[in-house]
Amino acid sequence: MKGRTGLRGRAAALALLPIYFTALVFVVGPLAYMLALSFLSRAETWGVELTFTVRNYLGILAPVYLQTFRQSLRLAFLCTTLIALIGYPFGYFMARLPQKWRRILSFFLVIPIWTSSLMRLYGWIIIFRAGGVLDSLLMKTGVVQQSLKLLYTYPAVVTGMVYVLLPFMIYSVYASAEKMDWNLVEAARDLGAGKMQAFFTITFRLTMPGLLSGVVLTFIPSMGLFFVADILGGNKVVLVGSVIQEQLMKAHNWPFAAAFSVVLMILTSLLIYLYRRITKVRDLEGLV
Amino acid sequence: MSELILQLEQVTKSFGESKVLDGIDLSVYSGEFITLLGSSGCGKTTTLRIISGLESPDSGRVLLEGKDVTWEEPNKRDVNTVFQNYALFPHMTVEENIGYSLRLKKRKKPEIWEEVQKALTLVQLEGYEHRMPHELSGGQRQRVAIARAVVNRPRILLLDEPLGALDLQLRRQMQSELKRLQKQLGITFIYITHDQEEALNMSDRVAVMRDGRFEQIGSPDEIYNTPKTSFVAGFVGSANILQGRVEYAEGDKVCLRHPQGVVWARNLGAPVISGQTVTLAVHSEQVNIEKNSQGYAAAGLLGRVREKTLAGGMLRIMVELGNGEELTVSRCGISTDPEPGDTVLLDWNTQDAVLIDLGEATA
Repeated sequence: MKGRTGLRGRAAALALLPIYFTALVFVVGPLAYMLALSFLSRAETWGVELTFTVRNYLGILAPVYLQTFRQSLRLAFLCTTLIALIGYPFGYFMARLPQKWRRILSFFLVIPIWTSSLMRLYGWIIIFRAGGVLDSLLMKTGVVQQSLKLLYTYPAVVTGMVYVLLPFMIYSVYASAEKMDWNLVEAARDLGAGKMQAFFTITFRLTMPGLLSGVVLTFIPSMGLFFVADILGGNKVVLVGSVIQEQLMKAHNWPFAAAFSVVLMILTSLLIYLYRRITKVRDLEGLV
Repeated sequence: MSELILQLEQVTKSFGESKVLDGIDLSVYSGEFITLLGSSGCGKTTTLRIISGLESPDSGRVLLEGKDVTWEEPNKRDVNTVFQNYALFPHMTVEENIGYSLRLKKRKKPEIWEEVQKALTLVQLEGYEHRMPHELSGGQRQRVAIARAVVNRPRILLLDEPLGALDLQLRRQMQSELKRLQKQLGITFIYITHDQEEALNMSDRVAVMRDGRFEQIGSPDEIYNTPKTSFVAGFVGSANILQGRVEYAEGDKVCLRHPQGVVWARNLGAPVISGQTVTLAVHSEQVNIEKNSQGYAAAGLLGRVREKTLAGGMLRIMVELGNGEELTVSRCGISTDPEPGDTVLLDWNTQDAVLIDLGEATA
């Protein structure tokens, strides 16, 4: 008997092996590689030298890079707030629609994802550039007298970021609002809660996991989506992601890029941890 | 039963094409336990939702203590509901669930704590205040739902099939507990169920509903012993229903000719004339049965025992009459006599059978 259960245990472990293997190769491996890389030094011409150093991390403390972090965080906060303000009501009302309309709306939300977000961002250039769609529209209707020169400005970057990341928020809010038992809202109303009170004490609390996973899904990318900042912000808005990309592709300073990535990862993990501590939400819808 | 606490006046409600409530009138008195009894889809839950304000009627009025509240929001009505699926707030502890309505009223913390403790004692759940709903059994959740609804001391408590999800034993226990609770609190209970036994057991009055109308409203005794329609007779206590022609009437006693013999019944409705075809209802336990070998009798119905079954301590004897109709006779305990195949004579005391489907007596 004992032998059999042992065998079964071994068989189970064997069956799980591919999963461990995949995780090792695609998750643990790259992370370890990046961590190791961040403590190595850069070779004179190209590549990496196998000498241990913490210089990469000290380099990040340079004012220019700290400024990048600060700017990046500020942008991420702003974008995430905007996305939450638009995406939460959207996802909430979508969940309250009749089944048929929900399906149609989800379909329209998915369509843009079929094309590359890069392509869609170029679309925004056409809208934002001087004399572009937005300008001519506003000038024709007499709202403004001259070009707003929106392209390559901070608002343009924010708009692009919100545009690219909004579906993630909508979907995670929708996912948890769809699971809501609306009976609970009726119970709250029956017990004396006004419409708003019932929303904040019941609905909002119960869809919080969706909102939080939406925040995580949008906050982290908005620190790193360098191409949005590149395409719509020119060189004016520099994100942490932009620095990493630049160090990797242009300066060929892999160890420094790795150190930057590690710090970014630690920072975002810390933020998630804090958020969970504050809101006491244990599960992030479909995420953790 | 003293003053009126709730009145429904000609309330109608349709969902799309289907008419769910077809102009119902109902008066509920302070402190009574009234049950709306009916099968699913008869409109009883809609009635309850209109009383609580979660649904508004298409026409008609809802009066609470004489005040028209038809268009009042649910949170403005002094009425609370125990929902069918309990609807406990999953993110709150038992204490927070029960104290919810008090917190909305901005009562002071120690006061809320005290009220919650009282409510917990009432439903015998002391010590459970810090549990989460998912840590409780079905019966315990039920108790929390009740405590949450009564902590506010509403004028009326609405209960929507509150025992539906519990097993039989627990249901019986909760029935008597609810009854005790109602007496203790003196709150008017409006109770919904499709279980006739539950309705007869607990209520002061029962309102039998069918297709968005009340078929009959009366005390359990009236509903059971003097049903007015074949629906009520069939739904409550599944009485035997027979048709016959009136031979003659003597006061409220009516003699009927049935193809298989002569029977008697009481008439509490509109007067009947001889020759009229009428319907009577008689409960299976009130039918006398005896062996008859002659194949003839001056009164009663002749038939043949088709089968005997024993269920829940009750012996049910199915008797087939000569014309193919079937009657059920029930007895307590096991008896050997008569056996399937025997010819039997069925009859009953006149006061145990009533004429139904006659409409109201116009006295």
